[in-house]
Amino acid sequence: MIKTFLRGAIATAASMLVLAGSAQAVDTTPGPESEKQFFPIASYRVGPYAASGASIWAGIIDYYRYINEVEGGINGVPIVWQECETEWTAEKGIECYERFKRGLNGAPIAAYFPNGAPAAYALSDRAADDKIPLVTMAYGRTEATDGRVFPYIFPVMVTFYSEASAIVNYIAEREGGFDKLKGKKIATVYHDSAYGRETLDPLALFAEKYGFENIQIPVPDPGSEQSSQWRQVREQKPDWVFLRTWGVSTPVAIKSAQRFGFPADRIIGDVWASSEEDVIPAGDAAKGYLALTPYPAGADFEIHKRLKQHIIDTGKSDLRDPKAFGSVYYNSGLVNAVISVEVVRQAQAKFGNRPITGEEGQWALEQLKLDDAALEKAGFLGLVQNLQLTPADHEGGGAVRVQQWTGENWHLVSDWVQADREALRPLIDAKSAAYAKEHGITPRDIGTN
Amino acid sequence: MSEINLPAAAEPIDQVGLKVLTIVATLALLVTAPFLASEYWINAIIVPFLILSLAGLGLNLLTGYGGQLSLGAGAFMMVGAYATFSLQLRVPELPLPLALIVAGFIAGAVGLAFGIPSTRIKGFYLIVSTLAAQFFFEWLFLKFPWFYNGNSSATIALSRGLSFFGLDANSPHGRYYLTLGIVALLTLLSFNLIRGQTGRNWMAIRDMDTAAAVIGVPVFRAKLQAFAVSSFILGIAGALWAFAYLGSASVQSFGLTRSYQILFIIIIGGLGTIRGAYLGAGFVSLLPLALDWLFQHLFSGHVDAGLLQNIQKAIFGLLIIWFLIKEPEGLARLLSLRRTQGARRRLFPS
Repeated sequence: MIKTFLRGAIATAASMLVLAGSAQAVDTTPGPESEKQFFPIASYRVGPYAASGASIWAGIIDYYRYINEVEGGINGVPIVWQECETEWTAEKGIECYERFKRGLNGAPIAAYFPNGAPAAYALSDRAADDKIPLVTMAYGRTEATDGRVFPYIFPVMVTFYSEASAIVNYIAEREGGFDKLKGKKIATVYHDSAYGRETLDPLALFAEKYGFENIQIPVPDPGSEQSSQWRQVREQKPDWVFLRTWGVSTPVAIKSAQRFGFPADRIIGDVWASSEEDVIPAGDAAKGYLALTPYPAGADFEIHKRLKQHIIDTGKSDLRDPKAFGSVYYNSGLVNAVISVEVVRQAQAKFGNRPITGEEGQWALEQLKLDDAALEKAGFLGLVQNLQLTPADHEGGGAVRVQQWTGENWHLVSDWVQADREALRPLIDAKSAAYAKEHGITPRDIGTN
Repeated sequence: MSEINLPAAAEPIDQVGLKVLTIVATLALLVTAPFLASEYWINAIIVPFLILSLAGLGLNLLTGYGGQLSLGAGAFMMVGAYATFSLQLRVPELPLPLALIVAGFIAGAVGLAFGIPSTRIKGFYLIVSTLAAQFFFEWLFLKFPWFYNGNSSATIALSRGLSFFGLDANSPHGRYYLTLGIVALLTLLSFNLIRGQTGRNWMAIRDMDTAAAVIGVPVFRAKLQAFAVSSFILGIAGALWAFAYLGSASVQSFGLTRSYQILFIIIIGGLGTIRGAYLGAGFVSLLPLALDWLFQHLFSGHVDAGLLQNIQKAIFGLLIIWFLIKEPEGLARLLSLRRTQGARRRLFPS
């Protein structure tokens, strides 16, 4: 009794002795590898999403291996990487971040890729405190595009808002101009979750702007039964269906669409419904299915030729299933890896050819510029869109390509379709201002840059 | 960590002296821990361990002492987290510790409501009704944007962080002391509850509810009490999990796997013991990390990474099975047997 009371009392007293913490960059723990650049890989190889993961990590590792062995590192700075299992959860993701934030054996980290929405949300405050930039590619908070409020979060390439805008632009292209959108019906079948609801606001905006009828049909999680939703689609007879499902709900949607007589080539899947794993389980029903993606499938890009010669054919690849070479997920791994490498390159131009820290990585991300010349040099022309980030704009691209499933593989049917980011910006600014107000953040002054 | 011993007064003086010394040493260690351990240890290992222990403690009161099986631990944690968020957002005058307590009461009331079926159904059937709580709250907190203040990501985070009475507990040390303080207080509360009439009632019901009713234990009231107190503690644990550990949370943070995890903690640690929750939390949260560390050092680069991760899962599962065969009553029993060489000096049979 005395014991427990004492323990309680003193522990309470201790809790009052709380130390004030202030934001400051974490130092890299010194070690023998301080001449190298560290890239942590927050991977998920077990759990419900493991099936898609394996090719992503293979893509990342193959590219780092290529940079080290063929190009001799990033301007001479070798890369070290280490994996950490997140199981796509927040708590394991935090553990990995804490494990790696001070680098590995003295090699610093320039940016952190959480590779999963739960971890990305949970880490946003920690990363800002530690001054380590978080890169969330094609997922995460859309309003983090506003770098004035979110200096350390980078939803690089394409946000869900841009995705919604790009699809409207693509449909306009197919219909023959924006004036043809008037009176058309676009139905969005979406996974009823935070991810699925992200496109409600931007689609409402464009429906008003172009005068198409905006039909929203939610699919409750997990979406393994969708008869009522597709019956509704059949009754409403939309001209196009924008499919924003993920995981098991995608093949189920494609099959249900066939059952209710809706043609697959009028369905456009979103970023997370655009891989081989989404269409193969749907079998023949998926033939003709369209999907938008910031990292299209294909093994004919320049980088694939280089990888084939130096990594795949020499048996150094991390890929277990050779058929996955050039798949959407493998290519997304390559794209993740090239962004991390280019951030370091960008930072080296200012800070010198040495390993880059988180704070320098944040600076480089805000200046990140990938034009056709840079992409061609890296071998990614056509696979990665042109990017130009600024301190105010952490997305920097906003384009997708549309691919069509032939029944065997993906076939690109469009060039880059650019989102109307001018029109989206007021929506994003309103959201980020609301966030800043709720959290008492004063947006940073970025001048006229 | 905590054991039920006979009152100290019944022991010889020198033993008391030794005990006080041990207590002081433990306390000193707990208070200075953040200065000895690295930031990684505090942020990623010690704080979640403490919170899981607290959650295990909460469920142990209900399942281990009260004998009511529940798979709703995650749901009650969720209620606590969302209630804290709502209170901090909409009643900003309320300081964080008070908000935590009120959130605990809200979770307790919810637990009480979902405990009502326990008066009619038992065992596995009760699991089904607590499972309903799990699914109901996952649906509720996602369906109505009011609960997460309508933000686009449907996640909740405290806008002012962990600050109260002018103190800022957002640093790793702050999180640690805040968690430690709350866990210690609630452990003390639990000790007192189970040693008093309330705890005896629970144990009587657990061991045989008909007999308990015959000797005059108010079965209905005691069962509801167990649900309310257990959910109170789980609610506070949920709020700590969301805001002192994760930073931001969503319904997925408190899914069914969380409920299972908490149940495993008390089964492995020892049903009906206070320290069982700590031991079980240690087993469930630290062992996978230790395995991962070991495997990284032994095999990294030589064996396929996916295979390595899956082997770790399998080994962890095998360890649980092996351990439960060896000692079905959990780690707490194993330790107490070792220390007293079979002669148990415990006030209450567990």
